[in-house]
Amino acid sequence: MNRVVVTGLGTVSPVGQSSAAYWAALAAGRTGFGPPTIFDAGRLNTKSVAEVNDFVAADHFDVRQIGFLDRVSQLAVVAAREAIGQSGLSFRNGLGARTAAIIGSGIGGQTTQDDNFKRIYADNAVRVHPLIIPRTMPNAPASQISMFFGIKGPTYAVSTACASATHSIGQAFHLVRAGAVACAVAGGAEAQLTTGTVKAWEAMRILAPDTCRPFSRDRKGMVLGEGAAILVLEPLDHATARGADILGEIVGFGMSADAGDLTAPDPDGMVRAMTAALADAGLAPDAIDYVNAHGTGTTANDSTETTALHATFGAHARQLAISSTKSMVGHALGAAGALEAVATLMALREGVIPPTMNYLGPDPACDLDYVPNEARRQPLRAALSNSFAFGGLNAVLAFRRFAG
Amino acid sequence: MVDVASGVIELIAGKVRNKQGPLQLSDPLESLGLESLDVLELTFAIEETFNIEIPFNANTEFDFKTVGELVHAVEGLVAKKTASA
Repeated sequence: MNRVVVTGLGTVSPVGQSSAAYWAALAAGRTGFGPPTIFDAGRLNTKSVAEVNDFVAADHFDVRQIGFLDRVSQLAVVAAREAIGQSGLSFRNGLGARTAAIIGSGIGGQTTQDDNFKRIYADNAVRVHPLIIPRTMPNAPASQISMFFGIKGPTYAVSTACASATHSIGQAFHLVRAGAVACAVAGGAEAQLTTGTVKAWEAMRILAPDTCRPFSRDRKGMVLGEGAAILVLEPLDHATARGADILGEIVGFGMSADAGDLTAPDPDGMVRAMTAALADAGLAPDAIDYVNAHGTGTTANDSTETTALHATFGAHARQLAISSTKSMVGHALGAAGALEAVATLMALREGVIPPTMNYLGPDPACDLDYVPNEARRQPLRAALSNSFAFGGLNAVLAFRRFAG
Repeated sequence: MVDVASGVIELIAGKVRNKQGPLQLSDPLESLGLESLDVLELTFAIEETFNIEIPFNANTEFDFKTVGELVHAVEGLVAKKTASA
């Protein structure tokens, strides 16, 4: 079995459009929330979203390319370009056929879909754009990354709502570890901020009217976000042989399903996913120093996740540093797990724990150390990154600081 | 116009999981076995039926403790809408 290391990171986020800018913002506790600008919110109640609001497609693609790319694929390809560039790998040779691209998305090309339906139903359009179907399909980001960079091995999308990217990275990790592929490009992308989609989220009545305050008293829910993050994974031997800069190591992946409520979180499912990730990594619970929590900022998730952390870690739960970077970038659904994987890898590498921002004070149901409002410098050995999706689908990655 | 009280009670009754017999205004909503998605769908159904907006964020406690409190709240919202119309 191969040890699996990360040699490239790419990020397009509401707080920065490169991994370096994203990480600097997280470490500084900078939040990316603001009023909607990229979609018509005139008839909506939503006042706060996390947009990648200065993303200009023409800075990254020529006109012909843009015609093929929904925003979700644009974000994905830009993140992949950064990650692959950083890795120094080229797939335009034999390596491409032995490389996987597994890219999660919760709902695919929503901008295209929303615009199409508006034209048909509201504007009574006679005809619509011929590329709506291939722009909208949830596998478009995976397919576009494959085509842009010449990746010809196993390529597909994983769609598990808020856990999509974590499942994607986990599957890629297992493929590389087993030697089934030589390399993998994995992560997630989401561009869900459209009038129709946000209206549907409003109907669930779980969006915060102000901001996202995970684990805090008086938290009022989640803030919708968007973005993309991509990781390049390869065997340690392969990375070492070519003298690559190794950014971190993926050591375990655990999955579970609740088979219970459609949307309500279940501590048992969370515990089983975290326990499976620890077992897969061969790590004892007390080897973990940091947990990048799912931490959506809803009443139900944060208290349930706290219960699950107690159950998984026992007395060690009180020694954990836990934070939710959703307090800065919102909930990017199918990209969230990848954005959080980047944050977790950078935290391990830098020895800096990104904070849980907007924290007002403790809630009795959330009684652990959430690194409130300010980043903390602390050497870290290993960390978990949690993703718990609607539909009761849970995925957890375990990472280790790479120290040779 | 639909009688508000009976309309609301009928909508609640459609979601009840663990009570036999007719609903009483004094029945605590909590005792009826409504799950979180039931509350969400019930709120939507009431809003659609009476064309009102019920201020409710699922991250806070549902403000209405009994069938009667919910009925009265809806009656109030309907009256307010009628008055402003």
